[in-house]
Amino acid sequence: MAQKKISIRIDGELVGATEGMTILEAAEGAGKEIPTLCHMDGLTAVGACRLCVVEVAGIGRLLPACTTPAQDGMSVTTVSAQLTRYRRMVIELLLVERNHVCSVCVSNGHCELQSLAKSLGVSSVRYPYNYPRLPVDLSHTRFVLDHNRCVLCTRCVRVCAEVEGAHVWEVTNRGIKCRITSEMNQPWGSASSCTNCGKCVQSCPTGALIEKGFAVEEMTKRHENISALALAKGARP
Amino acid sequence: MKRITIDPVTRIEGHAKITIHLGDDGKVARTQFHVTQIRGFEKFTEGRPFYEMPGITSRVCGICPISHLLASSKACDAILAVRIPKAAALLRELVHYAQFVQSHALSFFHLSSPDLLLGFDSDIAKRNVIGVIEKHPELARDGIELRKFGQHAIEILCKERVHPSWIVPGGMKEPLSAAGRSEMLAGLPQAKEIARRALALFKSVLDRFDEEIKNFGTAPMMSAGLVDRSGAVALYDGGLRFRDAEGAVVEDQIPAEDYATYIAEASAKDSYMKSPYFRPRGFPAGIYRVGPLARLSVADRCGTPEADKELAEFRERFGRTPRSSFLYHYARLIEALYALERMEVLLQDPRILDTHVRARAGVNALEGIGVIEAPRGTLIHHYKVNEDGGIVWANLIVATGHNALAIAGSVEETAKHFVDGGKLQEGMLNRVSAVVRAYDPCLSCSTHAGGATPVAVELRAPDGSLLDEART
Repeated sequence: MAQKKISIRIDGELVGATEGMTILEAAEGAGKEIPTLCHMDGLTAVGACRLCVVEVAGIGRLLPACTTPAQDGMSVTTVSAQLTRYRRMVIELLLVERNHVCSVCVSNGHCELQSLAKSLGVSSVRYPYNYPRLPVDLSHTRFVLDHNRCVLCTRCVRVCAEVEGAHVWEVTNRGIKCRITSEMNQPWGSASSCTNCGKCVQSCPTGALIEKGFAVEEMTKRHENISALALAKGARP
Repeated sequence: MKRITIDPVTRIEGHAKITIHLGDDGKVARTQFHVTQIRGFEKFTEGRPFYEMPGITSRVCGICPISHLLASSKACDAILAVRIPKAAALLRELVHYAQFVQSHALSFFHLSSPDLLLGFDSDIAKRNVIGVIEKHPELARDGIELRKFGQHAIEILCKERVHPSWIVPGGMKEPLSAAGRSEMLAGLPQAKEIARRALALFKSVLDRFDEEIKNFGTAPMMSAGLVDRSGAVALYDGGLRFRDAEGAVVEDQIPAEDYATYIAEASAKDSYMKSPYFRPRGFPAGIYRVGPLARLSVADRCGTPEADKELAEFRERFGRTPRSSFLYHYARLIEALYALERMEVLLQDPRILDTHVRARAGVNALEGIGVIEAPRGTLIHHYKVNEDGGIVWANLIVATGHNALAIAGSVEETAKHFVDGGKLQEGMLNRVSAVVRAYDPCLSCSTHAGGATPVAVELRAPDGSLLDEART
């Protein structure tokens, strides 16, 4: 059955979409760029990072474009001074929450958090750094989990469950204590369900999940083929 | 007792303070050299994967990050237990020489030439690199050109000048291009000419500094540095040799993994810098120094024709193991020439363009030690890791650390000679700072600490009250 066609306004421009699409999908279909971090094509949207927030006419609060369905006649603003302010704030809060030290990071120059900070003009951080003492899990033979660089986007959790089907990763605790953990909070190296596929590593937007043996600036990642695989299996974009 | 404080000491790398205590007779009773920062690299790297150490520890210093990259990578090579490809070893050596050229040029031309060319008693407002540019524009241009040559060679090799990521555990990220080699070779003749000119100039003004040469830290002490199997200067790889003030070899060809048998570290109450000493002689009798002057004392020869000629002349003039710290400047210039000559040799080695430049492995040893000669002296990185490759313990012994006792001794000797009475005179103050500067200390490295570059002097009365204070 053909899905119902709808039309919405994005930044004043009339855009055609299909019922059931999110604002993000409709915007991307029309060639509009909305910054995202936790979103990855082919994985379930969770609206965790709040970078894709947009203004919707008639609604008094900002909505995440990745999880809000586009509705016929909706008028959406993706670029405004307010949105830039909020998006910058999101990046700054992510930077202060853990220990993101780009200069000595293996993902320096190939990091989504870093490029977002750059494109949003975050040249300094206004909030005090949290400097938490966080462990690095080196127990896996091929990979490393460095909590210092994790932004809790949960892409690893979703890609492992939805694409690989292994369900190694979980989210443990809440708020400032929230951590990504492997298999009932055991060291990654002892997680028997891990297939060593590396999809979580390739999907991670920062240097939190990395391959072993890479020096500063050396770790580059590719998740496009994982997205393609997910889409081929029937996932939504 | 009265007390003089020089705070901060200027034209050095890092923060330092000198306190001079005067006795009741107004003469210098004792001095203290304090390094006033702490950074804690050895502690906060615990838990990190070992192969990230070169990138992290090179941030100790912006002047010679290459030294830390090399020492750290060597320590990591030991953990990987690999023999790095020949081309990688040659490239590491090459980039090391480029760094020597830029670092020695910086020390001599930018930091010390104001004292040497304008005079210790010259107007403080002009006694800086700007003053040198005004009075000796040719020399200033030479200095800038020579440093630029070294920095540019680093850029050709590493793709960036400061904090590059080219040097990695197991070798290098990428091979050298033929175009890069040609570019470096093209710049060498001019760089060598500048080094020769600087040496000639330094030798011509040396006679003016008779008093400084005689009183700038001349106490007898051992020297330490790396030498190759034939006893020639070795900057990237070699065995550690200790030679005493009389010229006798005390220990020779100490391999990196045995350093701790010979070197121990003492902590000082009044400084964040630790004081390494020669373990067999105990503390503080095991005082020794490292760096250009120590290397030229320790080694039998440089191993390159022009530098060896200069070394012969140097030894003829000041003896086999010259004592005066003032002569660090001289030794530094000979080494700059040596580094340029070695660069030429390496660039003409066809193996330098070999494309196999990296060995890969996992954790094959739980401990790794890397030792090199940094521009300022012997640099040791020592790591212990767990089976997964996480750092469980790290120790860095840097050049300026080895020199801690020597610098403190030289400061005392110089102060005793030049300081008299409760009032600070600028020339005297500067001489006390200059003896520190002769060692070209990198205090950022010594405490693995950072910041701008000041020294301060405090003059304290016998009761401890502050008599006078100066910031240079």
